[in-house]
Amino acid sequence: MNKTKLSVKNLNLFYGDFQALKNIDLEVESNKITALIGPSGCGKSTFLKTLNRMNDLVENVKIEGKVTLDGEDVYNNIDVIKLRKRVGMVFQKPNPFPMSIYDNVAYGPRAHGIKRKSKLDEIVETSLKQAAIWDEVKDRLNQNALGLSGGQQQRLCIARALAVNPEVLLMDEPTSALDPIATQKIEELTEELKEKYTIVIVTHSMQQAGRISDNTAFFLLGEVIEFSETAKIFSNPEDKRTEDYITGRFG
Amino acid sequence: MESKEEIRQSVRNREDSMEENKLQNFIEKIIENIFFISACMAIISVAVISVFIFYKGGPAIFQIGVKEFLTGTTWQPLGDYFGILPMIIGSIYATIGAIIIGVPIGILTAVFIAELAPEWIQNIVRPSVELLAGIPSVVYGFFGLLVFVPFIADTLGGAGNSLLAASVILGIMILPTVINISVTSLNSVPKEYKEGSLAMGASHIQTIFKVMIPAAKSGILAAVILGIGRAIGETMAVILVAGNTPLIPDSLTDPIRTMTANIALEMGYAYGLHQEALFATGVILFIFIMILNIMLNLFTNKAGE
Ligand SMILES: Nc1ncnc2c1ncn2[C@@H]1O[C@H](COP(=O)(O)OP(=O)(O)OP(=O)(O)O)[C@@H](O)[C@H]1O
Ligand SMILES: [Mg+2]
Repeated sequence: MNKTKLSVKNLNLFYGDFQALKNIDLEVESNKITALIGPSGCGKSTFLKTLNRMNDLVENVKIEGKVTLDGEDVYNNIDVIKLRKRVGMVFQKPNPFPMSIYDNVAYGPRAHGIKRKSKLDEIVETSLKQAAIWDEVKDRLNQNALGLSGGQQQRLCIARALAVNPEVLLMDEPTSALDPIATQKIEELTEELKEKYTIVIVTHSMQQAGRISDNTAFFLLGEVIEFSETAKIFSNPEDKRTEDYITGRFG
Repeated sequence: MESKEEIRQSVRNREDSMEENKLQNFIEKIIENIFFISACMAIISVAVISVFIFYKGGPAIFQIGVKEFLTGTTWQPLGDYFGILPMIIGSIYATIGAIIIGVPIGILTAVFIAELAPEWIQNIVRPSVELLAGIPSVVYGFFGLLVFVPFIADTLGGAGNSLLAASVILGIMILPTVINISVTSLNSVPKEYKEGSLAMGASHIQTIFKVMIPAAKSGILAAVILGIGRAIGETMAVILVAGNTPLIPDSLTDPIRTMTANIALEMGYAYGLHQEALFATGVILFIFIMILNIMLNLFTNKAGE
């Protein structure tokens, strides 16, 4: 049977008085790609950030309900730092640090106490290889990461996230700023990564969700309208609103 | 008939509005010129002051001898000894002391304000810093004279009027400059950097020291340089606590005299070569400040890239 990695029960989230997430129930399976789709402002990013508690940075945010990672409550008695180490994140806009390519990738391992140069070298190399960018940057690891192209920067950010050896990778529209070729590279990458990692990806592209994901959740105005296998949602959606969105009749 | 009248009316209206436009253009021109003249004032002031100082002080440097003037260790106007090395060293030491004291405290305070302090504490700290900037320097000097000087005399010996006292007072005086500019540059670090770091499981403190401060580096350096400028140019507060003996200090508790103090203390009664030597001290000070400004421009230009 498929193993549940992240389980979300009855999740409500408020930004002040505004309720951004309503009664969300969702199970993320291990070593699968779960896609989150839905129109702009429906709460996809907000939901994603509840999974690694990045919403903690927002003032006046109130969260109810339960999120568990391997059965462990994410909002109770957990070390947020360990949680974020286990649940990595790639942002919509590539956000490499203004430092060298090497230092970007080594940043996480260093933050978690790895100091030995040989160990760091090894992590940097494997992470960059996993993110399919090693060949492009191996000769200029000491150059500033901001000099890379957008697509390279995003793959560097993926490498950076992989370097701390997470179990789950959250990706918030990782390809929205990229051209088709870079997008394709990242899509192929996710396919490979799911061997080792559990992936949750937000996307605005139906095609992308259809191509790469195993399960898809359709969000609308803070609610999950439908959540099932991607093949089913795209071929035979249960809810009229899902169908309308997928066929492009609104959104 | 009526329509003709209407046309005539509208033509008249148009002429009126053109008339108005002309007037408006004229006013715009005048206002533009006022801006331009204001801008010129600043440039002219700098130019006039530079020319004046170099004109009054330049010849004296050659009359005394460049080497004699810059490396001479005796300042005795009555005996025609005009060596300002003690003052140059006094200024540099006091400024270094101010940096050692003021910069770490200033940067840590800036981090606290920008990143760590809850709203209500920020609302106390920020106005206090503003206030610190507004206190007249003579008041700093007075405070130092009454508090630090006796304290140093009691604990470390000596007269208390000293390099140490000057450094401490200057260190406090540069705080507002260092803090305000550092806070601004920390706040302008893109929040994506911070999020990226935290999302990888780095702690807040790690994020601050490994990502945010490096990203704000050029702004913080600019803050430090402006602080140095403030310290090296400060006069009144230093005169009150530094002892003002024109000798090279051997220890922290020895008195010093800075270049600014040298000018301010003696200008009132100096004449002839003595007066010119004071202007010449001003020339050297001016060169120091210019070098600082060039460094500042280099850093801020780099920050803009
Ligand atoms: N920090 C915040 N404070 C207040 N409201 C917020 C905040 N962040 C998001 N919101 C609101 O919550 C709702 C959901 O936002 P969210 O960013 O999760 O949408 P999204 O589905 O990711 O949209 P998009 O596809 O445009 O990225 C929106 O109405 C948004 O205005
Ligand atoms: Mg979003």
